[in-house]
Amino acid sequence: MNQEKNTAVVTVLGRDRVGIIADVSRLLADYGININDISQTILDDIFTMVMMVDLKDLIIEESDISDKLTELGKKLGVQITIQHTGLFNAMHTI
Amino acid sequence: MINEHEIIETMQMFNSQHLDIRTITMGISLMDCAAPTVEESCNRIYDKICKYAGKLVETGELISKKYGIPIIHKRISVTPISIVASACGAKDYTPFAQVLDKAARTCGVNFIGGFSALVQKGYTNSDKILINSIPDALAATELVCSSVNVASTRTGINMDAVRDMGLIIKKTAEATKDKDALGCAKLVVFANAPEDNPFMAGAFLGPGEPECVINVGISGPGVVKHALEQVRGKDFGTVAETIKKAAFKITRVGELVAREASERLKVPFGIIDLSLAPTPAVGDSVARLLEEFGLETCGTWGTTAALAMLNDAVKKGGIMASSYVGGLSGAFIPVSEDEGMIAAARSGSLKLEKLEAMTCVCSVGLDMIAIPGDTTAETISGIIADEMAVGTFNNKTTAVRLIPVPGKNVGDSVEFGGLLGTAPIMDVNRASCADFIHRGGRIPAPVHSMRN
Repeated sequence: MNQEKNTAVVTVLGRDRVGIIADVSRLLADYGININDISQTILDDIFTMVMMVDLKDLIIEESDISDKLTELGKKLGVQITIQHTGLFNAMHTI
Repeated sequence: MINEHEIIETMQMFNSQHLDIRTITMGISLMDCAAPTVEESCNRIYDKICKYAGKLVETGELISKKYGIPIIHKRISVTPISIVASACGAKDYTPFAQVLDKAARTCGVNFIGGFSALVQKGYTNSDKILINSIPDALAATELVCSSVNVASTRTGINMDAVRDMGLIIKKTAEATKDKDALGCAKLVVFANAPEDNPFMAGAFLGPGEPECVINVGISGPGVVKHALEQVRGKDFGTVAETIKKAAFKITRVGELVAREASERLKVPFGIIDLSLAPTPAVGDSVARLLEEFGLETCGTWGTTAALAMLNDAVKKGGIMASSYVGGLSGAFIPVSEDEGMIAAARSGSLKLEKLEAMTCVCSVGLDMIAIPGDTTAETISGIIADEMAVGTFNNKTTAVRLIPVPGKNVGDSVEFGGLLGTAPIMDVNRASCADFIHRGGRIPAPVHSMRN
């Protein structure tokens, strides 16, 4: 397996509303996760936000970060997921 | 560097197109569990499976969490029990099925495959005992899957086994009639069975396989269908290219999961089986995917050509994505497990004969098809014989998983639930083939088996 950087992609799908970025960023900050890049777009009427984040030493599957993000998503009425970048590299690079 | 477009595309594959890892299947050799008594052998089997697969489910869940990938099933495949049990002297192998069931429960897996025999050229004494034990074994267990390989391109077709399996399928239906013959949904008859297939009910760990191995089965008819929706009206070259690209991406997900599982479990990675395996969920159907080629209903003229092209393009995309593509790899066409197939069968557009033609170019065979309960054992054997001929003479895997549902007839349907779905009872040609089936012996291997 590639010894790639420990980075992840956080995606937010759903209806846009004030404060989504703030809430998600705050939660990520609590885990010491650094946001490298944010972009957002409207796709098929669905608000989509993609954050590239640096996990530093955090191991997604050993932490409760994904549960906490799901929980926050439910509160905000959107779907929030965190996925290790390895997935996207595997699928989209030869 | 990945871009936003690719990330969103990936998210859509998981969210709305039902992309999933169908199964992480751990193959475990039980060769060293042979023992002079049933008890000793079963103890060894239980201990070995639990030792090797104890962390399989947990590992699958961790990988699922890391990458946000749904991993639907964790399964185990083992050495064909007819080999493992041959030294124990028993006359009934049901206890072996029960110990497999128990071990599977302890490990928390969804299925365990390998209550199997390889009899393409003939029976050992043990093969015979195993085959006769199938009806009781499947009635007494829940998670155990059984398969019998009765033909291969190298050896021809064992017609004694074809005859016997017709009867065994009937008996299995009878033994599990309180559950609408559910036992038959866990019993496959093969030609050219792959020894590393992670999919059920046909998974077992062949004699040439290692001590322990991780094989991953990945699915995604919805992803391919979505890709084809973007090229409506374009020529077949574009269609082939589109399928290949989608298959490539799907296979890469499988490869990632397989390598990670292999590393975490410290077990070698075997193969990725890239099979478009449908589920009864809307949007996860191979039939609907075929219809996206431009067919009004699956089963109409053009279906076989579309399936042939689909199956081939899927393989081509897959082999570019992973050096270890194996198993069945292609498109599955089970009827009960596919919302579009069910609809096509109900509408009368899809018939058993057309399904047989489709199996010439798909990756498996007549799969999850419910037929009237009063179909004779000989007729079932006849269907098996035809399907085995398709596999043997075309150098490919074919399989038969038929469910003669006691007390039901054309117009009825059966509900199996979960991934097994709903099956409308399909009509069967009733003209007798009994004299053909009772000849016995072997159909010789085809001339193109002489490759040396």
